[in-house]
Amino acid sequence: MVIDMTGILNWKTESGKTNWYLVLGTGITGFVLSLIFIGLLHPPYDIEAMDTAHKFAGGSLRHLFGTDNFGRDVFSRVLAGGFTTMKIAAGTVAVGLLGGVLIGAVTGYFGGLTDELLMRINDTLFAFPSVLLALVIVSLFGSGTSHVIWALGIAFVPSFARMVRSEFLRYKNSDFIAGAKLQGAGALRIMTHHILPNAAPVLMSSVMIGFNNAVLAEAGLSYLGIGVQPPEPSLGSMLSEAQSYLVSAPLYAAGPGLMIIFMVLGFSLLAEGMSREQLSGAWF
Amino acid sequence: MRYAARKIIMLVVTVLAISFVVFLAFSVIPGDPALTILGGQTDPARVEALREQMGLNAPLPVRYVRWLRSFLAGDFGMSYRYSVPVSRLLGEKIPITLILTLESFLFMLLISIPLGIYSARHAGGRADRALVILNQIIMAVPPFFSGILITFFFGMLLHWFVPGGYVSWRVSLSGCVGYLVFPAIAIALPKSAMVVSILRRSLLKEARLDYVRTAYSRGSRTNYVLYRHMLRNAMGPVVTFLGMAAADMVAGSIIIEQVFGIPGLGRALLTAIANRDYPVVEAIIVLISVLVVASGAAVDLICRRLDPRISLD
Repeated sequence: MVIDMTGILNWKTESGKTNWYLVLGTGITGFVLSLIFIGLLHPPYDIEAMDTAHKFAGGSLRHLFGTDNFGRDVFSRVLAGGFTTMKIAAGTVAVGLLGGVLIGAVTGYFGGLTDELLMRINDTLFAFPSVLLALVIVSLFGSGTSHVIWALGIAFVPSFARMVRSEFLRYKNSDFIAGAKLQGAGALRIMTHHILPNAAPVLMSSVMIGFNNAVLAEAGLSYLGIGVQPPEPSLGSMLSEAQSYLVSAPLYAAGPGLMIIFMVLGFSLLAEGMSREQLSGAWF
Repeated sequence: MRYAARKIIMLVVTVLAISFVVFLAFSVIPGDPALTILGGQTDPARVEALREQMGLNAPLPVRYVRWLRSFLAGDFGMSYRYSVPVSRLLGEKIPITLILTLESFLFMLLISIPLGIYSARHAGGRADRALVILNQIIMAVPPFFSGILITFFFGMLLHWFVPGGYVSWRVSLSGCVGYLVFPAIAIALPKSAMVVSILRRSLLKEARLDYVRTAYSRGSRTNYVLYRHMLRNAMGPVVTFLGMAAADMVAGSIIIEQVFGIPGLGRALLTAIANRDYPVVEAIIVLISVLVVASGAAVDLICRRLDPRISLD
């Protein structure tokens, strides 16, 4: 399946103005990703290296966001935590997307009783906040990275399924599909080669929203202490730790907090910049 | 009225489905509740006797119906950990979560509706552009981080409230509501930003329609057209979002309770998960689900009542 990226990344709106959402979103996400990448290859400090002589050091050029209660460099840990969050977000979106495309494609294309039944279940799950569903799964199977990915991924399936289904409904009766059928294309081929590529722009926008929500949900779960478990660094658990030292080291909380904000901001701007409404220049 | 009836039937079905799934999930997890209560090394005969007494030997559907019947009667079972009825543990906590959610919802409306109208009214202007940018940023700040910021600035620097100084509603209702103001704002902020942008977008879309031009050409003033004609029509997408936001806020309160040290349902849920106190976990999850589904439906119904043309199917 070939997805035409030129249909997704439109740097200009239809009226010829610069698509600022996409430009800024790409810039911020690129900045965050390159920071994380640098943190992977050359972390400024070892994230586990403790230096009790320099506990709660303030911000300086040596330690951009100071050090934590064990004297570990906060900035290095933020980069590592960012990678953990990104990893989980990618896994979550992959699970959600796979499930969503499967369910959405089948229900949208074939319709009938399966559609009715699956969509009823889907709508019930859709009304259920993802954090709550994740809490149920984590409380049953325990916490940890892979459980968080499955928990959030499953929680994300309904929204993807809904969106994919509506795209399939949109195209299934169009002329070019009738043409493909006349040429003898089977249902599977039509779905994967004819409808899915057309749904790609909308899909990409939803993927970005998915990343946005996954980052928020993962950070929330880890903040509650039921997501990623130490020693694996995570932005959420750093924040919850930093909260106990707000008086002595206010900068400690700023590090992971800013990282989450930049990640979410980048993804939400990307999603906005890729959406159809934005391109038609209907507003702003 | 038919709409309301259908909505309520759907609500009951949804809650039943959720309760069944939760019950099923907690019955298939490994571990014998009777063994948990009696502790590791006990006489198998005693375990068997307790299993029989707890009704654990009955088939699953029978156990579900029994559980559901007692749940509806307000009997949520016994806590493994504290050996007291779950209802006694939770009775105190349900109002806290309710007050917090209600307060955040109110703040969301108070902040967002005027700002959304203002933003659309002055679209393209300097204030509007600033608002659009500010909105994008606020949407990206998770409530638990804004909660920490609020604790730092308003609690520790300005001393407007005492962090962790929650007042029980049994002691003083106004004190409780007062303490929950800042947590509620933390929950309401990102949702308000979303409502502002949805309302703004919806109003601007509406502004291009013919009836608006007709109203203007009749000589109506901008404010008249905006408040008498456009606002009602533009509320559709906002209402859909409000229903979802209400549901989300109930779940969001779980995290915020942790930030501000509020002993509500969310706190109790986390403790119960840590203690593997399954009857409590089960009860809280079903209770929160009921709150989530009911608050979403309530918002839908209220809005429908205000404007009968809104259809939400």
